[in-house]
Amino acid sequence: MKLFKNLLESVKPHFEEGGKLEKLYPVYDGFATFLFVPGHTTHSGAHVRDGIDLKRTMITVVLALVPALLFGMWNVGHFHYMALGEQVGFWDKFMFGAIKVLPMVVVSYAVGLGIEFAFCVIKKHQINEGYLVTGMLIPLIMPVDIPLWMVALSVVFAVVLGKEVFGGTGMNILNPALTARAFAFFAYPSYMSGDKVWINTSTEAGQSVVDGYSGATALGDLAVTGSTSFAPIDMFIGTIPGCIGETSVIAILIGAAILLFTGIGSWRIMLSALLGGVVMGLIFNWVSTLGGLSPEQQGFMGVPYWQHLIMGGFAFGIVFMATDPVSAAQTKRGKWIYGFLVGLFCIMIRVFNPAYPEGVMMAILFMNVMAPLIDHYVIEANVKKRKKRLQVNVKTA
Amino acid sequence: MSDLIKIKRGADIKLVGQAEQLYANTEQPETFAIKPTDFPGIRTKLSVREGDEVKAGSPILFNKDREEVKFCSPVSGEIAEIVRGDKRKLLEIRILADKELRYQDFGAADPNTLDRDAVKEKLLASGCWPFIRQRPYNIVANPERTPRAIFISCFNTAPLAADTDFVVHGQEEEFQVGINVLSRLTDGKIHLGVDGSTNPSTVFTNCKGVQIHRFKGPHPAGNVGVQIHNIDPINKGEVVWTISPQEVIILGRLFQTGKFDAQINVAATGSEIQKPRYYKTLIGASVKNILADNVSGNKNRYISGNVLTGTQIKSDGYLGFYDRQITVIPEGDQDQFFGWIAPNLGKFSISRAMFGWLQPQKKYKLDTAMNGEERAYVVTGEYEKVFPFDIYPVQLIKSIMIKDIEAMENLGIYEVAEEDFALCEVVCTSKIPVQETVREGLDLMIKELGD
Repeated sequence: MKLFKNLLESVKPHFEEGGKLEKLYPVYDGFATFLFVPGHTTHSGAHVRDGIDLKRTMITVVLALVPALLFGMWNVGHFHYMALGEQVGFWDKFMFGAIKVLPMVVVSYAVGLGIEFAFCVIKKHQINEGYLVTGMLIPLIMPVDIPLWMVALSVVFAVVLGKEVFGGTGMNILNPALTARAFAFFAYPSYMSGDKVWINTSTEAGQSVVDGYSGATALGDLAVTGSTSFAPIDMFIGTIPGCIGETSVIAILIGAAILLFTGIGSWRIMLSALLGGVVMGLIFNWVSTLGGLSPEQQGFMGVPYWQHLIMGGFAFGIVFMATDPVSAAQTKRGKWIYGFLVGLFCIMIRVFNPAYPEGVMMAILFMNVMAPLIDHYVIEANVKKRKKRLQVNVKTA
Repeated sequence: MSDLIKIKRGADIKLVGQAEQLYANTEQPETFAIKPTDFPGIRTKLSVREGDEVKAGSPILFNKDREEVKFCSPVSGEIAEIVRGDKRKLLEIRILADKELRYQDFGAADPNTLDRDAVKEKLLASGCWPFIRQRPYNIVANPERTPRAIFISCFNTAPLAADTDFVVHGQEEEFQVGINVLSRLTDGKIHLGVDGSTNPSTVFTNCKGVQIHRFKGPHPAGNVGVQIHNIDPINKGEVVWTISPQEVIILGRLFQTGKFDAQINVAATGSEIQKPRYYKTLIGASVKNILADNVSGNKNRYISGNVLTGTQIKSDGYLGFYDRQITVIPEGDQDQFFGWIAPNLGKFSISRAMFGWLQPQKKYKLDTAMNGEERAYVVTGEYEKVFPFDIYPVQLIKSIMIKDIEAMENLGIYEVAEEDFALCEVVCTSKIPVQETVREGLDLMIKELGD
């Protein structure tokens, strides 16, 4: 600890005014405050402060993401060896996945933080912690086979156009991680959808893909054929193909438990999104009994409503994406409306969109755009109430 | 019986160093001070020079824009020093007190026989007027206006606050006279907010000519702003006045004796006070004698007031005009290695991302550490947990930051004061200077719209 302190003190003069690296002060400050919470004391207002800060908040979310990350690594290996028809142990699967996934995490953090640092240096801001979570989310919502340079490019797009142009952490309108995914999805659709991208089937000498192997996700199956061979229990545990972090509902529920217990994730948004999903699922279940639909449509609409909740990215989206406090609605009532519509649109887009059978990304991004409007009307109602009180008082006076 | 109003949102910060309910003896301090910085939103001007002789009740300062509002000396003696800061800003007027106080005589009178103007004149002349503060803006009341009602909070929920029941004990008569004085000033009611979770002092419950409301809940239930909001919220264009119980008693004494007798009871509290107790002293007293041989630790924060809203003073500084409490806590200027991930068991937090929830009854020994750096707003729904108003706090703060007067008005700035936002500031993840911002907003409103 002393060692770090001395090290920081010894390089500090270079970064201070007049030093050689004066311009890089925000970077120095970022590292220094990462190692040591600075001993700043209160100088205005309340003399004592809550122990929490943004670093603590962000790191808690990252910790909540770890189960999904670890499971994702294992799952990548699991499907890889399954496609090759090989029986290997737990660690082999995990190590294979780790080798595939960790480079994505590293690229995401390196590129994203690099841009953040650059912007902080230009704008002479302090480095914000917002990217700690975004950087972890991005790899988790990408297919495993996406090339690293596409990850890097998506990150550049998301951080620059999704966040920094609006003023950085806390000012963005769209969820940056989903912005990255949307960019990749529209720029490189063949790497982001279909039935080839979800499982790594790279072979080495002597290996080959087994006959009859299909790489489609449950939703992909449903959109094309109206049925899927994946059992609900597999979807719940997560042993299905999909984006790296989204498959295991168990791992996501562990994360959700952390977010809800600490109060960092909004239970209002999670609950109302769940309700929204259930309502839309029930509506489709009812419509599917009416007849006059194509067999595929009828099949997809007929999926029991609760299965929608454990398929695709629904669980991951409502736990980790919809709850992003910056891009979500900010008022209590607004959160209920926002969450409910996220859930509703997720399932609606999922079932109706013929090109791409996943609605979570679109639904959340759409509701991110709508969130300020929702808040506006919620707050307007409060303002009206106050004005009405004034009128009543004037009348009775 | 009176109505019981439950305040649900808020938080009690349990600290070490509650004052024991007995009065400690200490010599009266040699010097006293009036600090113009205690009166926000007002431009003050001096009416004395260094070396002038004053009596208790002699004017020292007046409001430049409203000359009838005077700020008077709490003691008799000699103006010892006029302390100025940057740009010659007036900071302190120090008075060297006589051993035997000499009082200016304003004449005893029964307030019930006086008309409103006569009561006002007496209060203004004697320097008692500044005890009355007005909402909106939480400033010294404008004597030209007539308040819709007067609100008095008769309990204090702030951390380690002096027990109001204890400090007013035995002053029933003075309090009643004070209430009679106030009742001449408004056509509306006088509302007393008392503690609904205890048996409030008979000083309050036996008081005549008032309406009593009982409040129950965590801080800021004892803030007069919260009580006004629940009893009869302030609308645009309306004015209500507030005053606290010990000051009502001073008004009472003025009419009983004709003297500006600025005696108050204060609590010395905080983890660094060896024997936290109550003291009898006068407004603006130097805290030197109270703290002498009573403070442990050597790097301390001395606060006139409580840890939420008080003002930092030196160890030989002076009590603020409205402060009835001294708090001493350690400074927290140590860097903390990987502090953002450490367990931080000694730190208070309403968030369960820290581990305070393991020991809900724990009394904390908090220091003045910021525990982080200022950031943009990220977390939402945080202020609302400790802000018991039907107002959107973050949106109001943001409207102040962009100086949008209409939005501030619409979002309810007339109903709030800095102190109501103190807990928001404490719990803020982004460490936004909330109280300072609210004060800026209030000052801007005064500047644009007048008081």
